[in-house]
Amino acid sequence: MDVIPKWADAILIPLISIILAFIISALVILAIGEDPVRALQLMVQGTFGNSAGIGFMLFYATNFIFTGLAVAIAFHARLFNIGGEGQAMLGGLGVALVCLSLPLPHWTIALPVALIGGALFGALWALIPAYLQAKRGSHIVITTIMFNFIASALLVYLLVEVLKPAGSMDPATPRFPEGTHLPRMSDILGAIGIPFSDAAPVNVSFFIALLACFLFWLLVWRTRLGYEIRAYGHSETAALYAGISPTKIIIVAMLISGGLAGCMAINNVMAAERLVLNSVEGAGFIGIAVALMGRSHPVGVLLAALLFGFLVQGGAEIDFWTNIPRELIIVIQALVILFTGALDNMVRMPLERLFLMFRKPEA
Amino acid sequence: MDFLTLLQILDTTVRLATPLLFACLAGLVSERAGIFDIGLEGKLLAAAFFSAAVAAVSGSVWVGLLAGVGASLAFSLIHGLASITFRGNQLISGVAINFLAAGLTVLIAQSWFQQGGRTPSLGDGERFQEITLPFANMFEGLPYIGQSYAELFSGHSLLVYVGFLTVPLVWWVLFRTRFGLRLRAVGENPAAVDTAGISVVRLRYSAIVICGVLCGLGGVYLATGLQAGFVKDMSSGRGFIALAALIFAKWRPWYALFACLLFGFFQALSFRPDVVEAVVGTEIPGPFLDALPYILTVVILAGFVGKAIPPRAGGEPYVKER
Repeated sequence: MDVIPKWADAILIPLISIILAFIISALVILAIGEDPVRALQLMVQGTFGNSAGIGFMLFYATNFIFTGLAVAIAFHARLFNIGGEGQAMLGGLGVALVCLSLPLPHWTIALPVALIGGALFGALWALIPAYLQAKRGSHIVITTIMFNFIASALLVYLLVEVLKPAGSMDPATPRFPEGTHLPRMSDILGAIGIPFSDAAPVNVSFFIALLACFLFWLLVWRTRLGYEIRAYGHSETAALYAGISPTKIIIVAMLISGGLAGCMAINNVMAAERLVLNSVEGAGFIGIAVALMGRSHPVGVLLAALLFGFLVQGGAEIDFWTNIPRELIIVIQALVILFTGALDNMVRMPLERLFLMFRKPEA
Repeated sequence: MDFLTLLQILDTTVRLATPLLFACLAGLVSERAGIFDIGLEGKLLAAAFFSAAVAAVSGSVWVGLLAGVGASLAFSLIHGLASITFRGNQLISGVAINFLAAGLTVLIAQSWFQQGGRTPSLGDGERFQEITLPFANMFEGLPYIGQSYAELFSGHSLLVYVGFLTVPLVWWVLFRTRFGLRLRAVGENPAAVDTAGISVVRLRYSAIVICGVLCGLGGVYLATGLQAGFVKDMSSGRGFIALAALIFAKWRPWYALFACLLFGFFQALSFRPDVVEAVVGTEIPGPFLDALPYILTVVILAGFVGKAIPPRAGGEPYVKER
């Protein structure tokens, strides 16, 4: 029996959880002797005060849409992919290799090719944990954590020993050739007469991310595969009985998940025009918060990604103007994960009682 | 490679294995009771920060120790609240705790000390001093045995010895006491324990408390024993290596000791690439040594070399009646 109406489950519970997370964040700011209201004002001003701020927000949001969708598709199959960080790193490697090795004349060709490169590398990095889960029963949470560390070690090795141009001290690849240059938002909006700051790195990838949201919805709710993934996520035994192969679902869901995380690299690597160490900057982990907050639905993921884009941009702003370091965002991210993910029942149980109280007269 | 170099590497191994050992045993107690804990990393970090910060402010390492263990315990109880009381997802709760610790430590460090997320360096009395075992100086001249005694066994801080003694203690509690039997049972079949009239919730909370204290000691050692003060992200994945060691050890205390020593040895080797090169003959890339514990764990998990079977009820919240 559903005690709670659908709208309350989809909107009210996440909303209450997020409000709780923000109240505690405000208390944390108070506790370190700063003013939460002023912090919020600075964050809003620094983000929405000019188009560069909005541009940065959208740039970060693009990353989080990809990683959020990556975690979300795995959630639909009841798999917890903590490996988004490593998969996005490998995606960056794939994009860098494609951009550096292929003669790409123009971004319209370079973008799809890089997208394939990033998705392929990300998917392959997710394939091994997926295979081990499906065939050997190794817990995917542990293996994906381990693969994050292996990915970062691999990247350190490759950037320091192999990909770094001779004579350079900086562990990074050479600059990508001219043909891979992606148009920025300022170019796109400028072409139709809207002025937009060219200081922000937001670029055409943002639209690819929006497209990914739509395709995600199409896949999960309008295709047979999506149905199978959801069926498996709801009940493994029922799915098995319906003739759905668990091995196939685990592997396919994780391939899509890793692929989506890898796609993020068109934004943070291709648009930056070289691969550096730590280019992912925790976006893979923020994807967990985004997916939980967005209830694994693309619209929710989009909204949550925008919120986190705002938080990261605003966090950089208060880091600059106040004594609150940008790590505040990590605290908020942790609280969002805690309240929307782990303490879900804390909000749900009293709410269920409340709804039952109002329902009784009707029955 | 001479004997003294070997001793030095083993000595470093012992130092580096200690925080792993505390965290690993902490995870062992928790997971044996059916509570997955991937928040070890966060608890190590929180304990490291609060021990260093409070030791720096109060001037006493013992007050620091209490603060560090208290911080780890507080995070443990959040985990307990989420995973026992509210029957939430234990993995998600663990992830949240890791980020909470990573963010809060820097936030508070900046607010208290304004040194970019670090604490001031700890002086004498604010950290655990190295203990010279009796007669260590006398035997130093004696080749091999005397040298080993003086270099390897003597000269560690108190927490190292505590860590190694915790191994038999945990073994004894888990496998030789009634409490331990019940604790293991609650990780395998909580319904049976409940039927016997024993509180599943209370047992799991006691496991969580033990886990918090042990993990706290590991974090305290990081900041006040291994190093002198806290720096941002100083746990640097040790909580996850401990988790790897736990799986490697198949959730057993003595195996955990050897797994932690092995992974500590890998960490010690990455400080001495010259020795590795001399022994192996070719240059081994440093990142490979860093990744080795993780690679080994994946291999073990894959079941190609022995099989690691976790406690059966691990990760499942217990619902009394359905």
